[in-house]
Amino acid sequence: MSSASPQAAVPVFNWFKYASPQTFFPLAGALAPWFAAIAAVLCVAGLYIGFFVAPTDAQQGESYRIIFIHVPAAWMSMLIYLAMAFWAGVGLAFNTRLSGMMATALAPTGAWFTFIALWTGALWGKPTWGTWWVWDARLTSELLLLFLYFGFMALQAAIDDPRRADKAGAVLALVGVINIPIIYFSVQWWNTLHQGSSVSLKSAPTMAMTMLTGMLVMVFAAWAYAIAAALWRVRCIILERERRSDWVRAYLGTAR
Amino acid sequence: MRDLTLAWRRRSDVFTSVIFFVIVASLFPLGIGPEGKLLLAIGPGVVWVAALLASMLALSRLFAADYADGTLEQMLIGAAPLPVVVIAKVIAHWIAANLPLVLIAPLLGLQYGLPADALLVLALALALGTPSLSLIGAIGAALTLGLRGGGVLLALLVLPLYAPVLILGSLAVEAVGAGLSAQPYLLLLAALSVAALSLAPWAAAAALRISYE
Repeated sequence: MSSASPQAAVPVFNWFKYASPQTFFPLAGALAPWFAAIAAVLCVAGLYIGFFVAPTDAQQGESYRIIFIHVPAAWMSMLIYLAMAFWAGVGLAFNTRLSGMMATALAPTGAWFTFIALWTGALWGKPTWGTWWVWDARLTSELLLLFLYFGFMALQAAIDDPRRADKAGAVLALVGVINIPIIYFSVQWWNTLHQGSSVSLKSAPTMAMTMLTGMLVMVFAAWAYAIAAALWRVRCIILERERRSDWVRAYLGTAR
Repeated sequence: MRDLTLAWRRRSDVFTSVIFFVIVASLFPLGIGPEGKLLLAIGPGVVWVAALLASMLALSRLFAADYADGTLEQMLIGAAPLPVVVIAKVIAHWIAANLPLVLIAPLLGLQYGLPADALLVLALALALGTPSLSLIGAIGAALTLGLRGGGVLLALLVLPLYAPVLILGSLAVEAVGAGLSAQPYLLLLAALSVAALSLAPWAAAAALRISYE
């Protein structure tokens, strides 16, 4: 183990310092307003670009503009599930309390984004496809994703002991994350009508630059919003679960 | 083996899920009407959904009795590795709860006017697909062990995960109806079952340990 010795000489940033709810609580409190502000600014900017600057689509007219909400929501719905499963895995591996709290805090935000993606998708589908809903691969897998979120939240709600709820939820989230690609591909074989992805890293974007900018700005707004919402929610969860500890009593005592 | 004996002694449980399967599959023609063409089109899907529900209803029995009388706790601290115990219990559960469904499914397919080769594929697809249902369901059953509202919760957890099996299973039967080969779908079903066999017992064992904390 000679490789370990030079590392020990350098002062290492202790990543685990903020793994304790007590130290994370003020950090989350400090970061959350910033992310909320970023989300608000980016959201206003993104919607402005989307609604006033971006050109009208040649085929879909004005109705395509819902893309600026639909696509970020759909991306976030999947990404948050991955983040949730990541925290769940960390929680199982390192047995940290905060990871489970993070997973719990992310779930409602993820479910909302999934719901918004489905809702805006229905609103978008009506003028372009002529129906609110089709049994198409992406729609169906998004719907199943919503059910997975519901299952996660229902399972955690049904267990009174928070530690057991965290771990049971973690197992479920990890099982779900293995299943998501299987579900996705199986429904893809089953039926597909959804337009192909308009954004790809490999080829040149097929949409106008301003559309892309507006969409990406909205994506970052959604990111910032999700982080802010999760941080605020995790603060509440920390307070609720650690209410018997001294530092929470002191915090609540001074706040009052 | 012990689980099988127990299941044999409580035959009524097995019959309940088989009869549930038959009733659900027979209710659809009553609700939809007796037109042969329509029934032929929805037949594979209806039989699969009914099998899914019947298999899910039986899941709550997988660990419940052993949990109630403490046998499960003994297995947890026993010498045999827990995932192996889970596999054994799932196999016994599959034989008791799902094998009868596989055997009776062709009969239900007849009700829907499916041709003989489609009936064969239906039974084969069920035989290949239901093990993964039992395995995935074992995770759900272990997670909801001893919780209030366990049955509905179990359905909420497990049914979205069942979707791929349902899709592939019905596609296999429909492929025969369309004159195509069902083999790719059957192979995929088998692949799902094997994948579930390699992962689900460990997840279920972890879930059991969590339930006992």
